[in-house]
Amino acid sequence: MPVQGDVVNTIAAFALFADLTGPQLEEMAHVLDEAWFQDGERVVRQGFRGAGVFVILEGSAAIRVNGVDRATLHAGDYFGEISCLLGEEPVADIVAAGRLRCLVLPGQQVETFLTAHPRVMFRLLQGEARKLRNTTRWLS
Amino acid sequence: MAELADLPHPPGRYPLVVVGSGPGGLQVSYALRRLGVEHAVLSEDDAPGGMFRRWPVFQRMLSWTKPFTPFEHRTREYERYDWNSLVADEAEHRALMPALMDGSSYFPSRPEMERGLASFASRTGIQVRYGCRWESTLREGSDFVLRTSDGDFQAPVVVFAVGVAQPWKPPTPGLADVPHYGQFKPVESYADRRIFIVGKQNSGFEIASGLLPWARQIVLASPSPTRLSVNTHSLVGVRARYLQPYEDHVLAGGVVVLDASIEAVERAGEGFRVLTQSAGEGGRRLAFEVDEVIAATGFTTPLRDLPDLGVATFGQSRLPAQTPYWESATVPGVYFAGTATQGFAGLRKHGIPSNSGAVQGHRYNARVLARHLAETRFARRLPRPRLRPEGIVPFLLGELTRGPELWHQRAYLARVVSLDPDRGVLDEGVLPLAHFVDAAGPDAVAVTLESNGKDDLYPVAYVRRSGQVGEVEPMPPHPLHEFEGEEYVRALTGALAPIVSPTLSRL
Repeated sequence: MPVQGDVVNTIAAFALFADLTGPQLEEMAHVLDEAWFQDGERVVRQGFRGAGVFVILEGSAAIRVNGVDRATLHAGDYFGEISCLLGEEPVADIVAAGRLRCLVLPGQQVETFLTAHPRVMFRLLQGEARKLRNTTRWLS
Repeated sequence: MAELADLPHPPGRYPLVVVGSGPGGLQVSYALRRLGVEHAVLSEDDAPGGMFRRWPVFQRMLSWTKPFTPFEHRTREYERYDWNSLVADEAEHRALMPALMDGSSYFPSRPEMERGLASFASRTGIQVRYGCRWESTLREGSDFVLRTSDGDFQAPVVVFAVGVAQPWKPPTPGLADVPHYGQFKPVESYADRRIFIVGKQNSGFEIASGLLPWARQIVLASPSPTRLSVNTHSLVGVRARYLQPYEDHVLAGGVVVLDASIEAVERAGEGFRVLTQSAGEGGRRLAFEVDEVIAATGFTTPLRDLPDLGVATFGQSRLPAQTPYWESATVPGVYFAGTATQGFAGLRKHGIPSNSGAVQGHRYNARVLARHLAETRFARRLPRPRLRPEGIVPFLLGELTRGPELWHQRAYLARVVSLDPDRGVLDEGVLPLAHFVDAAGPDAVAVTLESNGKDDLYPVAYVRRSGQVGEVEPMPPHPLHEFEGEEYVRALTGALAPIVSPTLSRL
């Protein structure tokens, strides 16, 4: 299902899509589906197969591991990419904290999508590098 | 013409009101009547049929009804092969479509579909107040008041089955001035014309297919690449019936299928100039001089003033955001039936959506919704057949092999059996899978059929034990989709062991 025109304006401000041209942003808005979740609804379920990569358009979500909230995600953040890249089930629930609007890329399309959009892949790698750096700092 | 006083459901207060007389409205009204839930049905149309009274423009459904199958027409199992009939509990009201079709195609024509819906309504005695237009909505205490052309209807529960068929165009400059898919003219009028179709989904390809023998040139364009249902192994993408323009394109026969955003549509003499820019490297710009432009850009849900009442919507189709039982996620008491039930996406595993946007999917949502409303809003406790413990596995494998709900609503609707030390083993019926995996409840199992977008479909079980639901390792596909063999018995028995043995020991 294609998404509203406002999606292009919203994602234009996100780091993940920062290098894209206008037509490329429009392509994103067509390729990625929009999803809506109510407060408390699980977006990604720990241990369940077949999830995808989600980019938050509006709202917040909690990362919940074994029932304990570990961190909060906000507009422009993305989640689900690690289990998709590794082909494994998610190791956390992602739970909507209030109303949540996301864009979704199904897991099996991630490889084709990223190789077709190298600038998005580079930005995603930067994001993963930041997470790794922060984890390393926290551990040390 | 009937006098107003002769029409069913005069204005007033009802326990429940259904709005709409397309397949969604008819199916939910039928199911509510079967459960004895009193309600009124209103429709602005003058006969049943909903959008099938106007579309598809080329007169045939995208969904098939196979006349010859391994099952008798009037069985529940036949529903797997008949995507177009509404579903009934009584054998004599089942499978009305095949008898109405002339045999020239297994895709019913639009008039055949319309007759099928009208026949279902009259045979099952569904009462609709036709010609009654819902105009606006108010809150009055815990009730909703529907202002209509015939007066006010008041109810604490309203089911909107109003379709997703309101033409929509993106705000591309100049696109507002060209006709939408829904305004397609008689095909002869496009003879020897150059046609630019904005949109590469089924509606765009449907028009292109119909225009192949008429148009001088056809261009189909949208920002993202065309996906094909035969590649996605699902209803995502362009259906095989409309692939001829795509083959014409790849064989360089004259049709152009372009991945590009539409920058503007400008008047140029008697025709139009369409400016496009590709998303690829270099962002190639092209200008097309054409005689006609058609916006096959989709549809929205005609919710009138419901968003002002707080009904949240999302996506280009302005679908209402819903709970697993198709209640507005933001305004309790407002429910949806028919194609709008796509607004609850479910688990959407592997990116594959439900079939709630089509009759073969939402007809089962309506039945599940009616049961849910009867139990939660009208204090009914519907029977749950008791199963013997040794019967659980054969029962569930039989449902996986022949249960039409699971075939048509994969990873969306599930057959659920509960195991409770006090109540025993009960068939809980067909439930939304998302509800099962996220709600609390006794030890239980839910089975579904699923697709991963590349392999044949396969059965999956979800087991709830001590309040925690886990997904069991999926069972393998079967080349003939027969899931009752020893391999499946072993797999499901193993999956159930953690909940069956403890329950049996306490029974």
